[in-house]
Amino acid sequence: MVTVTINGQQYQVPEDVTILEACRMNNIDLPTFCYDDDLKLAGSCRMCVVESPGRPLLIAACVTPVFDGLTIETESPAVIRARKTILELLIARHKMECHVCEKNGDCRLQDYCYRYGVAESRFTDGGMLHFPIEDPNPFIERDYDKCIMCTRCVRACEEITVAQAIGVKDRGHHAQISTAFNGKLEDSPCVFCGQCVMVCPVGALTSKVSAAYHGRPSDVDKRVLTTCSYCGTGCTLELNVKDNKVVGVTSNRDENFSPVNKGALCVKGRFGWDFINSSDRLTTPLIKENGEFRPASWEEALNFAAQGLKKIKEEKGADSIAVFTSARITNEENYLAQKLARAALGTNNVDHCARL
Amino acid sequence: MAQEMHIVLKNRDKINPLDINDYLAAGGYQSLVKARGMAQEEVIEEVKNSGLRGRGGAGFNTGLKWSFSYNIKSDEKYVICNADEGEPGTYKDRIIFESDPHIVLEGMAICGHAIGSKKGYIYCRGEYPQVVDLLKKAISQAKEKGVLGDFDIEVRMGAGAYVCGEESALIESILGQRGEPRFKPPFPPVSGLNWKPSIVNNVETFANIPAIIHKGAQWFTGIGAKSYPGTKLLSLTGDVKNRVCIEVPTDTTIRDVIFHFGGGMRNNGQFKAVQIGGTSGGFIPESLLDTPIDFDSMRKIGATLGTGAVFVMDQSRDIVDVVTRISKFFEHESCGKCNPCREGVFRCHEIMKKINKGLATEEDLEKIQLLCLVMEQTCLCGCGQAAPSPILTTLKHFQEEYEQKLLPA
Amino acid sequence: MLDYKGIMTDYASRKEGIIEAYHAVQKELNYLPKEAIKAAAEAFKIPEKEAYGVATFYSYFSVQPRGKYIIRICESAPCHIAGADEVVEALEQELGIKMGDTTPDLKFTLEFAQCVGQCQETPVITVNGKPYGGVTKDMVPRILAEYK
Repeated sequence: MVTVTINGQQYQVPEDVTILEACRMNNIDLPTFCYDDDLKLAGSCRMCVVESPGRPLLIAACVTPVFDGLTIETESPAVIRARKTILELLIARHKMECHVCEKNGDCRLQDYCYRYGVAESRFTDGGMLHFPIEDPNPFIERDYDKCIMCTRCVRACEEITVAQAIGVKDRGHHAQISTAFNGKLEDSPCVFCGQCVMVCPVGALTSKVSAAYHGRPSDVDKRVLTTCSYCGTGCTLELNVKDNKVVGVTSNRDENFSPVNKGALCVKGRFGWDFINSSDRLTTPLIKENGEFRPASWEEALNFAAQGLKKIKEEKGADSIAVFTSARITNEENYLAQKLARAALGTNNVDHCARL
Repeated sequence: MAQEMHIVLKNRDKINPLDINDYLAAGGYQSLVKARGMAQEEVIEEVKNSGLRGRGGAGFNTGLKWSFSYNIKSDEKYVICNADEGEPGTYKDRIIFESDPHIVLEGMAICGHAIGSKKGYIYCRGEYPQVVDLLKKAISQAKEKGVLGDFDIEVRMGAGAYVCGEESALIESILGQRGEPRFKPPFPPVSGLNWKPSIVNNVETFANIPAIIHKGAQWFTGIGAKSYPGTKLLSLTGDVKNRVCIEVPTDTTIRDVIFHFGGGMRNNGQFKAVQIGGTSGGFIPESLLDTPIDFDSMRKIGATLGTGAVFVMDQSRDIVDVVTRISKFFEHESCGKCNPCREGVFRCHEIMKKINKGLATEEDLEKIQLLCLVMEQTCLCGCGQAAPSPILTTLKHFQEEYEQKLLPA
Repeated sequence: MLDYKGIMTDYASRKEGIIEAYHAVQKELNYLPKEAIKAAAEAFKIPEKEAYGVATFYSYFSVQPRGKYIIRICESAPCHIAGADEVVEALEQELGIKMGDTTPDLKFTLEFAQCVGQCQETPVITVNGKPYGGVTKDMVPRILAEYK
């Protein structure tokens, strides 16, 4: 353990932590854009800078290790001046349309501008920067006029999903997040997992599936933790519920709640949820009679299926039946299905879609 | 009267740079032989005691830097020569290579022995293809002669990025990546190329090493300024009569550099300002010309020695216009990684254009000053931290030129 | 078509040689076509977005086609005060194009450059890397004639 002095108070902290970690352990909040617990450090947004007496430069807390005797101020006038100026620089390139932004109320840029009282930017000589992009994919809305270049999306794509779809092109203030050849996501190795959307601290990357002005993440009534039903992996996701309707899916990155996937999802889990409210959705079993489907109860439907199977077995033998199961159910359910096939139906004709 | 002193350029115009035999005949590679007969610590101590400080601009004690790499056990270590001479107005490294490439190779090999490295890289800027060819020739001659022993040197070529002069960006570029600086710590001497200990020194720094090993630390400390001993190469540009590259002891004054070695002002002009250290250096007015050029004396007057570029301007020059052009340079060269530099240099240039066009107010001057101060304090690397210097120093020494261009209140 | 794959394979023996490989392509073509960047990604075993990121980072590389001769005019401060603007004007007039553009016959491209390290004789221009120092507007036609 080493002793550090933060804002005039002494703390004992482990010697192998960064200043940012030392602050967080002691409930001292430092603003960050580029920092992400699960991603490699960038040290580039410079929002977490702190002041150490006697040092002419401010120190980026996220990338600087503590040492014994370290003394820092986290909200000194110089620190506040720096953060305010950086915020002014960022909002000078940020398309301010909070009133229609999906991230309104859940936006780091907005939060920090509020925290430091930055209403507008003085650094608008030269006008807005514009990064036009057309990407007609059905899942991810990319609006780089709102991007603050924290590169969390790039690192999430590289490190969590390893799709390597997006990077940084050009340099200086022309630098922009882009796929190879600045094209569409669908022409890149992107798998539309939306991890980039998950980590984006502002409204540059949002979900097109939720983005129909039906409820942004900040004004949902509740988030219901549930297990994704698309496959047997068992990822945890959060159904965003508003007025008793699912209006979106987000993920929970806390491994206590999301032990399997720590927030990562695939395209189906993150974006394939709007069927829930679809009028085409089947809500009861259907039985076909005279070429027409009619609703039935589960009991009736199961009896109907059992009768059918029994009849086939009696007339054609057990080996005329095969059981084919799906990766959408769990291992345990798959086990039960083969048990049903062998013990009840009496056939070894069992297969599974994941084998194909 | 002050005189040039040639340590680095001792073979300039005396030998054929393309013939290693000339260099050998002039006593070349003898220092390497001597160093290899010394213990590694001894070599490092000698360099440390000589007080040699990095000639690329940061002025860090070279021997001390080497000791950081030496002290780390590692299967691989690297010696990297920074020849990404990108500071506008600087051409001294090109002169060194064009005069005497082997002196640098020898310095690198000595460093290799000292820290325990078998592999050297020279990162040469893309603007110098002819230097790259020359170096490749020199290296192959040295290999043929066997003078480098088991120390290997490779040349890598940049492709037009000022920021690659920053040591960690340079390392990224050697790796074939975007030349974006890394955050520090870890510093390259501890964890650099391939995350192994790597010494990145300027061309001129390495070129000083053979003489230090040959003549000893004590000899070196007796030359020039006490806290920054030795000589410094300066490249003169602008409104000075002799636009030449000179090598002078570090206690030479700026006045002597311009009016003695530089031959005074061109076209009988009147001196107005000099910017030293490259385009990120501070502007210096007439009243401070008696300052010696050494690192600490320059720092005391709010300027930098930097790379040793000396850009002289006469009374006909419009300081605001020149600084506007300089701010365009930084806008073009920012790598874009950190917020304050990426956005800051762009807005600085926009505000400077506004001032230069006569459209600005007092408020704009306050605004640019604030922006510059924040950039100095918060940018990730030396490039962004130094970019505001020309603006801040001219606002200090040539404020009236800014005020003359403001809109009437 | 240039054998991109061959060039890349030549340089890929050193895993960091992508910048040299790009220089080699540009020596022939003066720009980096999409196919060259794709070939580089494959040969150096890096994602395409990275190969593209490198190609767009360095100012000597271009992902847009350029002329056979690239004329770069230094616009750094020492060249600026020595009259670089006049040289720019003369070049634009002589070639009938603006800075950043390429002549319709794909012969010349005009680009701004930062310092090229020849500041002993300002202003400086380079034509495909060859420096010309102390250039005045009157010298421009003569320099261009070398390449016409």
